[in-house]
Amino acid sequence: MNGKYMFSLLAIFVLFLLPYVGVTAFGLKTLFGIFIPLIALTIFIIGFVRRIKGWSESPVPFRIPTTCGQQKSLTWIESSPIDNPTTKAGVVVRMILEVMLFRSLFRNLKFKRESNGILSYSWELWLWLGALAFHWAFLVTIVRHLRFFAEPIPYFVRALEFFDSFFRVEFFTDAFQVGLPGIYMSGIVLLAAAIYLLARRILLAQVRYVSLAADYFPLFLIIGIAVSGIMMRYASKVDIVGIKAFTMGLVTLNPTIPEGVGATFYVHLFFVSVLLIYFPFSKLMHMGGIFMSPTRNLTTDTRAKHYSNPWNYPVKTHTYEEYEDDYREKMIDAGLPVDKELAEVKE
Amino acid sequence: MSDLPKPDEFLTGIDHKMPQTDWMNTPTEIRKGMYCYASNYKSVEILGLPNARPWNPLEDDWKLPENWQQIIHEGFKERLDKFRSFKVFMDICVRCGACADKCHFFIGTGDPKNMPVLRAELLRSIYRNDFTTVGKILGKIGGGRKMTLDVLKEWWYYLFQCTECRRCSVFCPYGIDTAEVTIMGRELLNLIGLNIDWIATPIANCYQTGNHLGIQPHAFKDMLEFFVEDIEEITGINVDPSFNRKGADILFITPSGDVFADPGTYTCMGYMMLFHYLREKYGFDITWSTYASEGGNFGFFTSHETMKRLNSKMYAEAKRLGVKWILGGECGHMWRVINQYMDTMNGPADFLEEPVSPITGTKFENAKSTKMVHIAEFLADLIHHDKLELDPSRNDNFKVSFHDSCNPARGMGMFEEPRYVIKNVCNHFYEMPANTIREQTFCCGSGAGLNAGENMELRLAGGLPRANAVKYVHEKFGVNMLACVCAIDRAALPTSLEYWVPEVDTTGMTELVANALIMPGETKRETDLRGEPLPGMEEDDA
Amino acid sequence: MNLKKILKENKKQIIKKWFDAVVETYPSDTAAFLKRQKDPFANPVGGMTIEGIDGLFDQLCIEEIDPEKVTSFLDPIIRIRAIQSFTPSKAVGFVFYLKRIIRDEVKNDPKLVGQFRDIETGIDQIALYGFDIYMKCREQIYEIRANEAKRISFSAFERAGLLRDKHGNDPGLLHDAEDLDAENEESGAKV
Repeated sequence: MNGKYMFSLLAIFVLFLLPYVGVTAFGLKTLFGIFIPLIALTIFIIGFVRRIKGWSESPVPFRIPTTCGQQKSLTWIESSPIDNPTTKAGVVVRMILEVMLFRSLFRNLKFKRESNGILSYSWELWLWLGALAFHWAFLVTIVRHLRFFAEPIPYFVRALEFFDSFFRVEFFTDAFQVGLPGIYMSGIVLLAAAIYLLARRILLAQVRYVSLAADYFPLFLIIGIAVSGIMMRYASKVDIVGIKAFTMGLVTLNPTIPEGVGATFYVHLFFVSVLLIYFPFSKLMHMGGIFMSPTRNLTTDTRAKHYSNPWNYPVKTHTYEEYEDDYREKMIDAGLPVDKELAEVKE
Repeated sequence: MSDLPKPDEFLTGIDHKMPQTDWMNTPTEIRKGMYCYASNYKSVEILGLPNARPWNPLEDDWKLPENWQQIIHEGFKERLDKFRSFKVFMDICVRCGACADKCHFFIGTGDPKNMPVLRAELLRSIYRNDFTTVGKILGKIGGGRKMTLDVLKEWWYYLFQCTECRRCSVFCPYGIDTAEVTIMGRELLNLIGLNIDWIATPIANCYQTGNHLGIQPHAFKDMLEFFVEDIEEITGINVDPSFNRKGADILFITPSGDVFADPGTYTCMGYMMLFHYLREKYGFDITWSTYASEGGNFGFFTSHETMKRLNSKMYAEAKRLGVKWILGGECGHMWRVINQYMDTMNGPADFLEEPVSPITGTKFENAKSTKMVHIAEFLADLIHHDKLELDPSRNDNFKVSFHDSCNPARGMGMFEEPRYVIKNVCNHFYEMPANTIREQTFCCGSGAGLNAGENMELRLAGGLPRANAVKYVHEKFGVNMLACVCAIDRAALPTSLEYWVPEVDTTGMTELVANALIMPGETKRETDLRGEPLPGMEEDDA
Repeated sequence: MNLKKILKENKKQIIKKWFDAVVETYPSDTAAFLKRQKDPFANPVGGMTIEGIDGLFDQLCIEEIDPEKVTSFLDPIIRIRAIQSFTPSKAVGFVFYLKRIIRDEVKNDPKLVGQFRDIETGIDQIALYGFDIYMKCREQIYEIRANEAKRISFSAFERAGLLRDKHGNDPGLLHDAEDLDAENEESGAKV
């Protein structure tokens, strides 16, 4: 047993009990439905901004991009404008590939031809795929949830839902709804990918060795969010209209507690709140940090353009004059030119 | 792995199935063969760096200043405020493990603390404890720990097992660069006088005499004049290098290792022959300097400030001599410093001109501000314009492969220029496997000041991944010569290859060029620069 | 029943067990990497180890082991272990793990036990070669150190004329050992 993930699992269990017991036994619906989410959102926004501000306050004294392609030098040598970008446009493309496709992680992929001629690729492919699936599914799921926070539901949210769902036999009118809700791929993928990333952390000795409790906790939390969300949608069938009324109330800052919404909803909402609060103080800030990573977001034209260091300061050097003073006689004997002849200094 | 094995362990092989201890609870043992000797206090004094005193890493007492924890804490804070890279890298690692097996030291030594992520965690754990609220509250469970003497020793041991090669940063999804973390860590260690001598003494030498080896001006000139004799013996031509000459067009700076250590010396001879050829044919005007007689910069392995102090000589000398621009020789970290730091630290070099090749008229637009051109860029341009008369068959005894040096690869992106040059002066060229060259190149195992003698096991282990790829091309294509553009490579690879692939030798790019270069008025050459008979001349040798 | 034949038939699983036992001599997370990463360039230690034990195993299965071949398979593995902070016994001891693995195959089959002794002798032989290689590697490390120092300073002294140059001209300030010996002999002769 590994104390680190047991600790995180335990923490998630306690976080589950809080709203569950709070709502079912003590009826703390206002606390878990209104106050905590609003406080969480506030902490998230302030914390996130403060973190970004903290990073921006430290200057970038030297430009240290990692060059992963041919430099731009002689005109007849083909350079890599993305992996070794000399222009801002190149940097933008590099960053887009990095942020949207996890390009550096993709470099992990290794194809290998086995002796029997079959192409095999190593485990690293799964890290890249797993991470990609996880992050994209997360994004789709978040965007999908905008349906609860906007009226009318924006067109792109509807379009996304359409592409994200399958087995959808559903009729919505203002008055009633019938049929089966579509199954959202994003939710399933998110859960599967999160479980994969967790399993990888627990099962691969190498990754387990470097993992901290802080690495397991958000995974458990996100799994909790996904499970409670899926439960609500497919199992406990919460009253969507009621929830929408509630969420619209939240965004218009005129919240009311909906009737007929089960404890699962409060658990879901509480997990999300915990994630929001946890986010700015954790490694999850890599979401903002990646945009500020000096090995990726800078141009490589460091010899073509002068860049200054805001805190550059003069240093003590050993000047040529001092050097010549140290060695003048020997230099003259060896026939090396000197700035001051012996006679000049001997006076 | 050092305790005496129990008798049954020989036969069962399960001696490491012991309950795994968390890395934070695994104490560091400073092992012979893996660490470098402590800095000589005299060298530390010359530079006026803190806490100069004799000390021995194997002793319990490292003779630290009383308030060392405070110094480290304040130094840490100062660097977080000064370097966004450091701050961001401390915060955003998710420990995905993508970097773990990319480090040559992890691959070669099998020591888990050589995984880049853990090397950085050594500092991150202190960062969390000292500078984050959550880290303070959660303590160990949050991945934080207090700065103790044991942690300090762990830092020292493992930060001097990193060659700052940046291979891990290529694979990191956030671009976290362990080199940057090591650089900061070493800066902090230097604040309390914990350097290694293989770095401290070269920087003291460089500061005082102009080069790492401490060659005084007259001796530097002497050394090059011995090469003049050797060249005359081989080619019948008397090359005549000039020194500290005011009014020359171009200043040439190369690592001093090439002046003193084989096989770099042959590369040095190559430069001299090339410059002579260009002077005779095209009136090329270049001078060497005894004051700025070091391209390499071990200050880079100490602190940003020391790097700047040593690097300042390049521009200062260029200004004093009134040259138009600077040409730089083959060196690894020297070029990382020039490409990414020099202009910012000691520039702008307004007193120099934008570099133009006087022979081809090519404007080196990419060096417009720094005004320093790499010899491989310069040579590739010459060859492209057909300005060199070459006989590649003189290198026919060599089957050549090219080792991308870490810094020109990942801190510059110079991949094609040296390959173009080498392919034009050699008939037999073979690449090593794709995941061991270019931006994925493996370190020689001895960079960043670790090429001492006492840490030989570490260097050989770190050199294994590179040597393994060399062995592959040796067995597959018969490769017998490994070319590189780095003076540390030329010092380190012969050693590493002697152990792993003794059939393969090491050379600089310019040595191969000089072998092939047909100099005007030369006598029929019988040997290459190393005195080995040229192809077809073997019988004459007898 | 022929034990060698049985071994050949079960080669794949025996090699796997042996390899696993060898990599278990590393810390567990390192062992996981050595097993998992199949690319020989990304994982030379694992690659060379599997290649080497595969060859050694074949040697055990033929009539008589060929010392040269055994050395060629053993050398890459021991060469690595000689620089990895293993004690000599641990660097070489992995050879013996095979005994336990084969013993499991043999179980208590009386017909095979006799043949097993032959195999055991082969394994002992391989281990002894292993010690030779280990010693050679360790010596070489010291030689390499000396050679490196020589490349740096000795050649410089030589160029600077401080040593007898390659043409045998008049030596400079320093005599090399041969000269000193010759002088000593001369002076000894006079006395």
